[in-house]
Amino acid sequence: MVKTSGLRYAYGDGQEMIFPDIELTPGNHLLIIGPSGIGKTTLLYLMAGLLPPVNGSVAIAGKELNALSRREIDKFRGEQIGLIFQQYHFINSLSVQDNLTLRQSILEDAVDKQRRHQLAERLGLSDHLNKKVTQLSQGQQQRLSIALGLIHKPKVILADEPTSNLDDANCVKVINLLKEEAEICKSSLVIITHDLRVMSHFQNRVEL
Amino acid sequence: MNLGYLAYRNMVSKPLNLLLSLLLLSLSVSLVTFVLQLNKQLSGQLNKNIAPFDMVVGAKGSPLQLVLSSVLHIDVPTGNIKQKDVVMLHNHPFVEKTVPVSYGDNYKGYRLLGTELEYLSSYNAELKEGRLYQKSFEVVAGNGVATKLGLALGDTFTSSHGLVDGGEGHDDKPYEVVGILKPTGSVVDQLLISNLESVWEAHDHGDGEHSESEEEHHDEDGHEHEEHGHDHEGHEHDDHNHDKEHKHEEHNEDLEITSLLVKFKSPLGMVQLPRFINENTAVQAALPGFEIQRLMGLLGSGAKTINGIALAILLVSGLSIFISLLKTIRERRQELALLRTYGFQTRQLLGLTLLEGLFLAFIGFVIGWLLGRLGIWILSGYLSATYGYTLQLNGPEMIELSLMVIILILAIFAAFMASLSIFKLNVAKTLSNE
Repeated sequence: MVKTSGLRYAYGDGQEMIFPDIELTPGNHLLIIGPSGIGKTTLLYLMAGLLPPVNGSVAIAGKELNALSRREIDKFRGEQIGLIFQQYHFINSLSVQDNLTLRQSILEDAVDKQRRHQLAERLGLSDHLNKKVTQLSQGQQQRLSIALGLIHKPKVILADEPTSNLDDANCVKVINLLKEEAEICKSSLVIITHDLRVMSHFQNRVEL
Repeated sequence: MNLGYLAYRNMVSKPLNLLLSLLLLSLSVSLVTFVLQLNKQLSGQLNKNIAPFDMVVGAKGSPLQLVLSSVLHIDVPTGNIKQKDVVMLHNHPFVEKTVPVSYGDNYKGYRLLGTELEYLSSYNAELKEGRLYQKSFEVVAGNGVATKLGLALGDTFTSSHGLVDGGEGHDDKPYEVVGILKPTGSVVDQLLISNLESVWEAHDHGDGEHSESEEEHHDEDGHEHEEHGHDHEGHEHDDHNHDKEHKHEEHNEDLEITSLLVKFKSPLGMVQLPRFINENTAVQAALPGFEIQRLMGLLGSGAKTINGIALAILLVSGLSIFISLLKTIRERRQELALLRTYGFQTRQLLGLTLLEGLFLAFIGFVIGWLLGRLGIWILSGYLSATYGYTLQLNGPEMIELSLMVIILILAIFAAFMASLSIFKLNVAKTLSNE
């Protein structure tokens, strides 16, 4: 599902980062762990095609990103990859519902209203669909962030430190939520974290 | 959901920014459209009003005043002249027709004009109802006056002295409305029109406010006989004048008119007659076309100044749209980066900003256009109350649509300049650094 080989990335200051090869088969999840500042987030953006590698290749769901044009990568990312960020990012001028609709609107199929409502219900956001995103509580924002990462049923969900802001109880909740939703969407989870609490929940891991 | 909706939500999510940009833009648009409309409509109306006549002959004074008072009926007359002073024009080979006008009274602020029926036909005025006047103290009312004052056939009224409401009344001489005209779109709409004799007779019983020459005339006759003599004279005219106007002119050379409107048969008249009259007679000749052109020239420089100011405001408003979009883009860098992770392409983000700029410009233009028309409407109320002129509320004109296109292009340019940083947007960095 995810395969990288010989990935290297050069930062603006000339420092080069070499990443270990990763291979993830369908239906499996993966943890990428390492101390902060080691380049975990960079790896995530490389895998999402948002940063160009100096060397090496990324293949997602059997597609070599190097072989695609920028436009094709954008389209591919919009349809096949879901991103969940450490810090929540929303379109603040839109309501919760419109944020979800906007995420769906990049898909070629007609916007799936049912999917939106089911997901909102499972994530406990049904009563807040017409609220502004800034009116949501921290926990609700977290769940909306997750919803935005998987509303379009991506093949691969890339999550960046999804639990770093959470207490132990919520940490477990979020991990279970991610696993359940990945199961429903038949997606592979790639979670980048330095949170030791997450470790026990996943078998596959790569250390940077 | 499409980007248009997002652009709209983005725009209204910053109401103060929006207000400032809209205010500046609509202010400049309203100024430009207001001045354009005013200029166009005023010159259109003025030209329509002066069209039937080439020259006006009246008492010495300012030629512009003579034209304004005797042709456009928006100023006081320069004085009166005697019929005999202009008799040479009646059968002049260069002259097609002459129409004498005499006035000095009003009814509720609307001028009573004593003239010949030829005056009405010169403006192609047709009756809506009733008939034309046949004898003294019968009037036909212009459409505007009739509507404003609610005049109907058979109504009677007494005039007041002077050209504005509130002068001394001529209570003993009531006028009767015998006809109401169709709208002509010219000054006739704002007049009450009777024969010349009505004006003369109304002032026979006058109160000492006759013009000087009239008083001289009375002095010769002797004060004691003043009223008798005039009354008698007036009746004589009545008898004579209904069928033969020329006779009337010949018989009454000492009677006064305010001015004589002249239409030339040949362009030579335009060249020779005004100069001849101004150099050799006690009266003056003015050319309405020339005077109005001069007047519009004066107004035109005022209009140019206002247009210059409007242009400056327009540039400032373009700048304000640019700054507001630039600020917006800076503030929304993370949202734009987020949209990139959703799969939106750079050019779509560019389109988002362009749309926002275009929305702003379009709404600003529409508000400004409406404000401009509102200004015309308010001014029209004032003009019609003071001068009897009304302005039309026209739909959008070609030149205004061109203005809109210019503003939209300006907005696209501003939005594009503001969006340049989108091309360099580093998604990873922007999303990682809070």
